[in-house]
Amino acid sequence: MSQIHVTTSINGDATEFLCEAEDTLLDVLRDRLGMTGSKEGCGTGDCGACSVTVDGRLVCSCLMLGAEAEGREVTTIEGMATGDQLHPLQQKFIEMAALQCGICTPGILVAAKSLLDKNPDPTEEEVRYWLAGNLCRCTGYDKIIRAVMETAADLRRAS
Amino acid sequence: MALDRSDKPRTFKVVGTRPLRPDGIDKVTGRARFGADIVAPGMLVGRVLRSPHAHARIVKIDTTKARALSGVKAVVTRADFGAVPDGVADVIDNCMAGDKALYDGHAVAAVAASSAAVARKALRLIEVEYEVLAHVTDVDAAMQPGAPILHAGRQDETVPEGYSQNVMSRVEFGHGDIEKGLAEADRVVQRTYRTGATHQGYIEPHACLATMGPDGQADLWCCTQGHYMVRNTCAAILGMEQGQLRVTASEIGGGFGGKTTVFLEPVALMLSKLSGRPVKMVMTRSEVLRATGPTSSSSIDIKIGMTKDGRITAGFAQLRYQGGAYPGSPVDMGSMSAFAPYDLENVKTVGFDVVTNRPKAAAYRAPGAPMAAFAVESAVDELAKGFGLDPLEVRLKNAAREGTVASYGPTFPAIGLEATLEAAKAHPHWTAPLGENQGRGVACGFWFNFGGDTCVTLNVTPDGTVTVSPRAIPISAARVPR
Repeated sequence: MSQIHVTTSINGDATEFLCEAEDTLLDVLRDRLGMTGSKEGCGTGDCGACSVTVDGRLVCSCLMLGAEAEGREVTTIEGMATGDQLHPLQQKFIEMAALQCGICTPGILVAAKSLLDKNPDPTEEEVRYWLAGNLCRCTGYDKIIRAVMETAADLRRAS
Repeated sequence: MALDRSDKPRTFKVVGTRPLRPDGIDKVTGRARFGADIVAPGMLVGRVLRSPHAHARIVKIDTTKARALSGVKAVVTRADFGAVPDGVADVIDNCMAGDKALYDGHAVAAVAASSAAVARKALRLIEVEYEVLAHVTDVDAAMQPGAPILHAGRQDETVPEGYSQNVMSRVEFGHGDIEKGLAEADRVVQRTYRTGATHQGYIEPHACLATMGPDGQADLWCCTQGHYMVRNTCAAILGMEQGQLRVTASEIGGGFGGKTTVFLEPVALMLSKLSGRPVKMVMTRSEVLRATGPTSSSSIDIKIGMTKDGRITAGFAQLRYQGGAYPGSPVDMGSMSAFAPYDLENVKTVGFDVVTNRPKAAAYRAPGAPMAAFAVESAVDELAKGFGLDPLEVRLKNAAREGTVASYGPTFPAIGLEATLEAAKAHPHWTAPLGENQGRGVACGFWFNFGGDTCVTLNVTPDGTVTVSPRAIPISAARVPR
């Protein structure tokens, strides 16, 4: 039962871990590194609760092996706020009550940030399409979409 | 103040304001701890072996090889639980099968091991000998004489002769004379409606962490809609005093009724008891869908009579709900709520609680009521349409109001249905022009209210403020400010 040694970057911090060949990146984050902000809702890439970015690309961490993180740059919900400053998306989600139970919220925030990093002026359709891989059972999505749109508008005004 | 007469907007100190959610920061930063987000020193991984058969006698379970595997600290089967009080007999049987596996995914054994990989390997080493039996999953088929029987000899005396033993009980509600009412109608519609067993679909799978010491004291962390329910149920199953079991509710990633019972919790406690170590158990999505409770599926006969001016003269429903492998489908509540929105002289509902080889149904958003409403409202719509009447006006004409004797017995106080319908009627959406492929409808529904156990403490703190600690589950909503 030899484990694989992986050297990677998580939220900008150089990180090493040992994992089984079969461990997903989500298993590693949650069970080996104690970063439980990423959630497992399905384990099959359907719900998006485990969303992280790898080298800037949005992925379901349940569909990627931990060993594949070698040499990559991973960002998770734990890296979204800077010190005591929430990211504008996080702040807006609270202000607009764009969450209820909160289990899907980390994945949705990671996905939404990944969209705004690429496209600072998305249409509502683009936001809905981008977030189609993130399931929310509680809110009905409307507040989530509006919070992302408003954050994008705020960020454009600020830049 | 009677709701029916409440037409003056009121301003409130709290209602109508928009405070920030007190749980907001935790949830947007990933800090919030849900069922699977906790660890304990020395923690083991618990996993469940599930039946691949929808109905099978468990002839023998041999756990010798699994126990011998390095890293396996405990193996549990039903035999470890012994006798339990009647009130929780079906609960433990659903968590860990006894003589028979009653549905695909029914737990038959569980292991606690040093890692998930060892636990998975141990499950493969457990040898279960099954005698596969015929199964039935359809409610109407299960009611027929000759259907495969899940539980022999448990039928309630309320069930008339001629039904399969899968029909566990029968309920009846109503008043007046259905035949007389139907005779007064200008048209009678008689239809059968069927609904499927929808799962609540909460994003968070069931999860818990149990720690029991040799002194019999235990801690249980779990995602639940009622931690006192979990304490009471688990303590009864494990033969503990309730005060020996401390249950802490995690943040809950959705429940919608589906987390009002226990699945993993008694098993995790037993694994912890036998291993002397904390045991964490987390379901996969597949396990959630195979072995936790969806709503009942149903088959419903409706007979409703209406005069051509839209007055319902009689309403009859026979409701058949399958609640999975154990008695207790919400057919009683479906039967009570079916015609509850209406003020009827002649009304009768008959409900049958039926068992089938499916996971035991759990509560789901007004348990039992939506399927009954779907059937009744579909028939009311068909009648209204047939007479060329406005479906909203028909409902207004028949609406239950203050003084209505409800179909299930009590006399309603002011219940607000007329005011709600009037508000809908006055709303611009009711008359907005429809585009291509757009439709518009209206339906009434009825539900009761339930509460769980709670306990609130209030302390005057040294700084002169008062701290209120409500031990309630903040289900999908903000917790009280700390």
